[in-house]
Amino acid sequence: LDPHGTDAARLAGLMWFVMATCAAVWVLVVLTLAPALWRRRAPRPDPLALDAPRERRMRAVIAGAVGATVVVISVFTLTSFVTTRGLGVTGSDEPTIRVRGRQWWWEVEYLDRDPARAFKTANEIHVPVGRPVRLRLEGDDVIHSFWVPSLAGKQDMIPGRTNELVIRAERPGLYRGQCAEFCGIQHAHMAFLVVAEDEVAYARWLEIQRSDAAPPSGPEQEAGRAAFLSRQCAACHTVRGTPAAGTTGPDLTHVGSRRTIGAGLLDTTRGAMAAWIADPQTLKPGNNMPLVPLDADALRDISAYLVGLE
Amino acid sequence: MTQDHDAGTRDHQVDRTMLEARLAKTWRTDPGLWGALATVDHKIIGRRYIVTAFVFLALGGVLAMLMRLQLAGPEARIIGPDRYNQIFTMHGTTMMFLFAVPVMEAVAVYLVPLMIGTRNIAFPRLNAFSYWMFLFGGLLLWVAFALDMGPDVGWFAYVPLSGPQFSAGKRADIWAQMITFTEVAALAVAVEIVVTVFKQRAPGMSLDRVPLFVWAMLVTSFLVIIAMPAVMVASTMLILDRLVGTHFFNPAEGGDVLLWQHLFWFFGHPEVYIIFLPAVGMVSTMVATFARRPVFGYLALVMAMVATGILAFGLWVHHMFVTGLPRLGESFFTASSMAIAVPAGIQIFCWIATLWSGTPRFATPLLWVVAFIVTFVIGGLTGVMVASVPFDTQVHDTYFVVAHFHYVLIGGAVFPLLGAVTYWFPKFTGRMMSERLGTWSFWLIVVGFNLTFFPMHILGFQGMPRRIYTYQPDLPWHGLNLFVSLCAVMLVAGFVLFAVNVVRSLRCGVPAGDNPWDAPTLEWATSSPPPPYNFAHIPVVGGSNPLWESPEKLPVASGLCLDRRELIVSSVVEAQPEARESSPQNSVWPFFAAIATSVMLIGSIFTPWAVVWGAVPVFVTLVGWFWPKGTPEDAA
Amino acid sequence: MRDEIAADLSTLPLHGSGTASVTWWGTLAFILIEGTGFAVGIGAYFYLATVAPAWPMAAPPPDLLPGLIFTGLLLVSVVPNMMVARWAEARDLRKVRAGMVVMTLLGIAPLVARVFEFRAMNVWWDTNAYGSIVWMLLGLHTTHVLTDLADTVVLAALMFTRHGDDLRRYGDVQDNALYWNFVVVTWLPVYVCLYGVPRL
Ligand code: HEA
Ligand code: HEA
Ligand code: HEC
Ligand code: CUA
Ligand SMILES: [Cu+2]
Repeated sequence: LDPHGTDAARLAGLMWFVMATCAAVWVLVVLTLAPALWRRRAPRPDPLALDAPRERRMRAVIAGAVGATVVVISVFTLTSFVTTRGLGVTGSDEPTIRVRGRQWWWEVEYLDRDPARAFKTANEIHVPVGRPVRLRLEGDDVIHSFWVPSLAGKQDMIPGRTNELVIRAERPGLYRGQCAEFCGIQHAHMAFLVVAEDEVAYARWLEIQRSDAAPPSGPEQEAGRAAFLSRQCAACHTVRGTPAAGTTGPDLTHVGSRRTIGAGLLDTTRGAMAAWIADPQTLKPGNNMPLVPLDADALRDISAYLVGLE
Repeated sequence: MTQDHDAGTRDHQVDRTMLEARLAKTWRTDPGLWGALATVDHKIIGRRYIVTAFVFLALGGVLAMLMRLQLAGPEARIIGPDRYNQIFTMHGTTMMFLFAVPVMEAVAVYLVPLMIGTRNIAFPRLNAFSYWMFLFGGLLLWVAFALDMGPDVGWFAYVPLSGPQFSAGKRADIWAQMITFTEVAALAVAVEIVVTVFKQRAPGMSLDRVPLFVWAMLVTSFLVIIAMPAVMVASTMLILDRLVGTHFFNPAEGGDVLLWQHLFWFFGHPEVYIIFLPAVGMVSTMVATFARRPVFGYLALVMAMVATGILAFGLWVHHMFVTGLPRLGESFFTASSMAIAVPAGIQIFCWIATLWSGTPRFATPLLWVVAFIVTFVIGGLTGVMVASVPFDTQVHDTYFVVAHFHYVLIGGAVFPLLGAVTYWFPKFTGRMMSERLGTWSFWLIVVGFNLTFFPMHILGFQGMPRRIYTYQPDLPWHGLNLFVSLCAVMLVAGFVLFAVNVVRSLRCGVPAGDNPWDAPTLEWATSSPPPPYNFAHIPVVGGSNPLWESPEKLPVASGLCLDRRELIVSSVVEAQPEARESSPQNSVWPFFAAIATSVMLIGSIFTPWAVVWGAVPVFVTLVGWFWPKGTPEDAA
Repeated sequence: MRDEIAADLSTLPLHGSGTASVTWWGTLAFILIEGTGFAVGIGAYFYLATVAPAWPMAAPPPDLLPGLIFTGLLLVSVVPNMMVARWAEARDLRKVRAGMVVMTLLGIAPLVARVFEFRAMNVWWDTNAYGSIVWMLLGLHTTHVLTDLADTVVLAALMFTRHGDDLRRYGDVQDNALYWNFVVVTWLPVYVCLYGVPRL
């Protein structure tokens, strides 16, 4: 737990407070239990002979302890209520990103008042530092849960419903997020990254992402693109600016610019890319991308092409 | 045809030897397989139930070790994701539905009739039926698992993952139908316990003299009765969605995904108190015996249990804090969840007070009680932490929650259970368990447990989600995971030693005598193990601690028949005797009925018509069950 | 430990009736279980109704006639049901026999109406969630009618055998009557849900 977001920091404060109090309660309990067990006492031959004044004293002590319990839990309830209310307060003008949990990757869509300026990407979310960002969370197939521990608490993504979460990163950096609701065979490999960067970098990133895919930069890439388009790849993946417009898998328009592939599985290198395409089912067993048989050349070309899509 | 049983021999007309022989004949269980299938003796069924539940604990424990093996290192390839998902689902399901709930009911099936001084449980044939249903449900689940058809959707099987679209095959159906089996079994026992406690208490055992374990089971049974129908309805809806295309949980056709969660947790939260309250009863009983004084605050403890039972139905949403429900509503559930700390605190305080003012004797059962208090309070306090909405948004579905519930389940229920086994072992078997082995296994388990599960809190804070079959090497989790897995070995060693102790003591333990711990409650008034008829004469109770109040002689009632299974029915509050009622004879029909029901339920996984055709044999067996056979027990 | 006789119970009756009967309490416990089941079902109905934009979903409200007939038959059956219970208490074998036959018929008759009720819902179980929940509530209640009918048939047969004239059997008849009353009473809220709520 390493808070770098407004919400996460508030949460951490509350959590430390609650934990410290609870630890104190536990110590108190154990400190009364110990003498209860080991103090020296007179023998009592008759189990039914009770010491009436002591019974009364114990009753009073217990009543006091119960009273203290009530106080503690009331304080807890109140502080957690106040903290909850303080979470995710926003204006109305922050950037809105729709994140849809899919088995087992994240579809990220930057919304814009002008629909033409909206675009899709996957598994990596860029946000400006120091500004709240509104996330609209949806489940596409089953329930997933959006969680970036360093930025905020988690929020479920439920099919048929839309949940909102507002995050605000205080410092630039890379924050790992992970699906927190069991969602099937590859729940374990359903991670993503939040990249918090300053306004300038963020704006530049937005511009790049909005644009269509870069044209192939060399013959290898050229061949890669052709192979990509002629195989099943295009049926599932979109590469804007090409005929590939599938929506089953992640948008690959700028896949080369993303730090990882396969929802946090591998770093985006050419080797990793080739390994992934050659056999996604061994690297991430059960995921929804089939093994598409490719000869060595096609594989090399396609990976070169995709890594080049920055 | 009113036969005149008043002509039959009465217990005061014969001498003691004759009395015992005649009663033993009337209440006997026939030898052989047939006799074993037909018996309705609550002690035999209870014993079976307990042993079976412990077998499921061992199986669930083996699965736990497989998970720990896989999680010991990052990106381990020992168990694949598909298998792992089956394993953790089987582990959770087995532990909750086939071990924790049944074992508590099993102990109650054995002990409640003895503690309240009667000769058999109410509806003994239903009791037999219940055991068979439990067994067949467990077999269904485990056979399916062996055939690689084990459920893989988690022990609460959230839709839509468990729905028709995302769980092909029969795995989720098997989970849902296993729920039906175990719920039928649990509901049956709950009805028996409620009626036994209300109507069959020994004369004079008014409600304020009922032993605390019996109170705990009474409250638990009401929880079962009110909570389980919700999960029955939910699992039926799930099966219908999967089998005949209804749309309860399909958002595309107006269904709702969260409906499942509401229904499941409306049951699921009370479920944890169904596991915990019997443990409260066990602890209260053992504390009194080993502190050698009546438990402090009897009334407060009863009220605390009742309050827990009532509050239990107002907290289910705390499992759904991150589903995006309205904030104000969630705060209500924070408050209600934390309110449970009050009755829980009262219990803890009363037990400490009992120990404080008593004279503790450090036998193994008391050790377990102490370990229970120390660990359960940790688990309870982490419960209070996760009850706070903002806190929970960070730790929900992480190993912090895994740590919380193992602390309350193992620390809060399994520790008392192990204590209870040690405590009542002499009553069950006539022999004491070895104190030396007992102490060894105690320390291994308690230390091993804390070393295994405490680090999980930290893992949770480090962001490790639950239900992942592996994690990547660059995450900071592997050190602690390895540590946890290693310590789990120590924990298992403790359990194995405990099992060794049981088996050895069974063969060559020290003979126990009737009341080895000098305990105050009625089950110790009869021999160990008790005869088939429990008590030669039904006891008459004059106080809350009968065997302390009158250590030398037991006041009893006379005038019961020897030729038919006869026991006393008494009034609900005061336990004034109302009738000499008969208790049913052995019958093999409950076994047949359970088979017929199982065939119907299993068939209905595959086709809805199984319900229609399967109902016929069920009907026939039920008629066989209830049709009078002309034995003395059938007539009034 | 020595037993010491402190009370003599030889004069107690050999069977308890009414609240002294364990089967009566058992019946009550099962009624509580099933009542909770109905409550949960009705709760689910309202839950789905609140999350749905329109209720009933894409279906006309149910036709009233079969439901009215069914409800009428159930309500009528309460009278002979109570009478059977009273006769059983008075151990009047002849009247109980007759009454059980009548109750058997009164168990079958509503089932005929019930068949038409399913049709009158104007929606199939697999049309949408509305259809699913109304069929489920109807189905749940029908199972209860069926189980009680089966129980009544067996008991009626039993009353005509040599086992019939027995205090215990009379108790069973009373418990059966109690259960039938429960079946009738639970129908009423279900009826309101199925026929009333969609017309609001
Ligand atoms: C025996 C079982 C058992 C018991 C007794 C409890 C007891 C409690 N549990 Fe737990 N719980 C589970 C079993 C149990 N739980 C399980 C199995 C799950 C997970 C299910 C799953 O997701 O798989 C779960 C999950 C769970 C959650 C959901 C977490 C999540 O999924 O994010 C929450 C949230 O509120 C919660 C809260 C509580 C609370 C408040 C108590 C309280 O009853 C605790 C009360 C006790 C004490 C507080 C200690 C004693 C009191 C004192 C010494 C007095 C002083 C105290 C104070 C001043 C505070 N539990
Ligand atoms: C009463 C309930 C109970 C008990 C006793 C346990 C006991 C243990 N549990 Fe379990 N656990 C749950 C209930 C329980 N658990 C539930 C409900 C879940 C959630 C499931 C879900 O997410 O759906 C869970 C999940 C869970 C997880 C998380 C899995 C995940 O999210 O991926 C882990 C991980 O370490 C774990 C570990 C353990 C361990 C090490 C034990 C140890 O205590 C086990 C100790 C070993 C034994 C008890 C067996 C010993 C006996 C023998 C070995 C005898 C010898 C036998 C023969 C010779 C045949 N459990
Ligand atoms: C049937 C659909 C389908 C086909 C065909 C398919 N993919 Fe995929 N692809 C997916 C899915 C689904 C994922 C997401 C997998 C995951 O992470 O769980 C994916 C992920 C990827 C990724 C990683 C993207 C990221 O950002 O993590 C790359 C790269 C990729 N596919 C390339 C290809 C190539 C190249 C081909 C053709 C040889 C191809 N895919 C064919 C469905 C498909
Ligand atoms: Cu998506 Cu877990
Ligand atoms: Cu709970």
